[in-house]
Amino acid sequence: MRLDQEEKDMLEGKYGKAAQKSMEILTTLGEIFDAENMIDVHGVQIAGVSYANLGEAGLEFLTDMAEDGKVRVLTTLNPAGMDRENWQALGIDKEFAKNQNRAIDAFARMGIITTCSCTPYLIGNAPHYGQHIAWAESSAVCYSNSVIGARTNREGGPSALAAALTGKTPNYGYHLEKNRHGQVLVNINAPVNGTDEFGVLGKIIGDKLVELGKKIPYITGISSATVEELKSFCASVATYGGTALFHMEDVTPEYNKYPKPTEIVFEINQNELDIARGELIDEDIEVDFVSIGCPHASIHEIANVAKLLEGKKVKKEFWITTARPTKRIADEVGYSKIIEDAGAKFAADTCCVVAPIKGRFKGIMVDSAKACYYGRAKNKFKVKIGSIEECVGEAIK
Amino acid sequence: MKLIGRKIYKGMVEAEAIVTNDGISFYGGVDPDSGKVVEVGHELEGQSITGKVLVFPTGKGSTVGSYTMYRMKKNNTAPVAIVNKEIDTIIAVGCIISEIPCVDKIDIKNIKTGQKIIVNGSEGSVEVK
Repeated sequence: MRLDQEEKDMLEGKYGKAAQKSMEILTTLGEIFDAENMIDVHGVQIAGVSYANLGEAGLEFLTDMAEDGKVRVLTTLNPAGMDRENWQALGIDKEFAKNQNRAIDAFARMGIITTCSCTPYLIGNAPHYGQHIAWAESSAVCYSNSVIGARTNREGGPSALAAALTGKTPNYGYHLEKNRHGQVLVNINAPVNGTDEFGVLGKIIGDKLVELGKKIPYITGISSATVEELKSFCASVATYGGTALFHMEDVTPEYNKYPKPTEIVFEINQNELDIARGELIDEDIEVDFVSIGCPHASIHEIANVAKLLEGKKVKKEFWITTARPTKRIADEVGYSKIIEDAGAKFAADTCCVVAPIKGRFKGIMVDSAKACYYGRAKNKFKVKIGSIEECVGEAIK
Repeated sequence: MKLIGRKIYKGMVEAEAIVTNDGISFYGGVDPDSGKVVEVGHELEGQSITGKVLVFPTGKGSTVGSYTMYRMKKNNTAPVAIVNKEIDTIIAVGCIISEIPCVDKIDIKNIKTGQKIIVNGSEGSVEVK
């Protein structure tokens, strides 16, 4: 691998221990994946923030890196295991809170902006078309590559941190145009609307890609989609298919840049959508927990929830998970008061996937196919998918 | 017999090999305190990998596994070197941050549990004595 003088100096330790360790990680990954050189990144998103995932092991590593490590580019964090202000009301124990804060403090010492969110692109870590970035968080990776047209591989916690501390990433994978072509043509022959339905669609496509051993779908038949629908789709197709990039005709910016795939084609009709939706509803579910905001709710979604909840009372635990900056806007505008007066709770900085809530609930209702996957796999909940309207309806029932 | 592979992380050690044909997930699959494999049904279930050269095809599971390796190194429960058929990013990153010598692209069928082997991570070679 070809390194420039600065990169060599980092590798030799002239920029400190953390930069040296980071460059060791990046050059080794570059060698493994046959990268020819390093490229500058314009922003980083770091995963592995929840203490429930990091454990003492990860925390020790972060603490050591924070001794002399400083980020060189704009860097934000994934959701933590708790709301940093409201953790007690959400039932998080003291010991966990203490450890979670130790982890976030280590990130802060490195100059990382500790907004804990899976939607950095909604709160100021927003690359533009064609920019190279190094992001972890599979849903945000998919969104930035596909919807924005920025370029990133699916980074893990340590490799994203290494990119932040050096401003570099090895030039391979999705950074190269030759690897961004669509591989499978997916024709959608039914209307798809709402965050829940886009999540269902993501599951169908993701499952199919795994079966085919392919990664990049080229999707036709969606005439328009909202930011919220695309964010839900990204989370789902990344969860079920490991997909980091898709093209959507007339929707995403690169769809006509590369040839439309013709060799492998599959069709999705209403019937497939109905079957997949059924797979995301456990028959014998008793819902005792409703959660909106996977990925983190936008201000538009919060406005919608506020409208639906105005003057009502929830009868079940109801979380709206979002980024703290988005919550602040909701506070300013008055949505938070309406939502909290109805008995629902904000869980900022965290979400129903990373918070340590296993055993606390039996059945979760969500508008997110990703949340269904982790609700089952990680927390052993029964799950039910529905639109935001149906979720609110269930909560006040 | 000297096997030539690819260097992943530098350093040279001589130790006893422990070989498996199953993938290893350090997160959840290995107990970082005891150094034992705890994955149910794993070929090495119940066996300690501490102080040995761990030889396996490739890594699997969560990316948090890299951090588990770091913790094992600090606990003195880590393997002293790793030999893979084909490295994955979790094991590679784990070896780098934990400073565990590592070589891949080795035909692991040539190594048997209990053999003394020399891993040269700087050269990318494994010598079976």
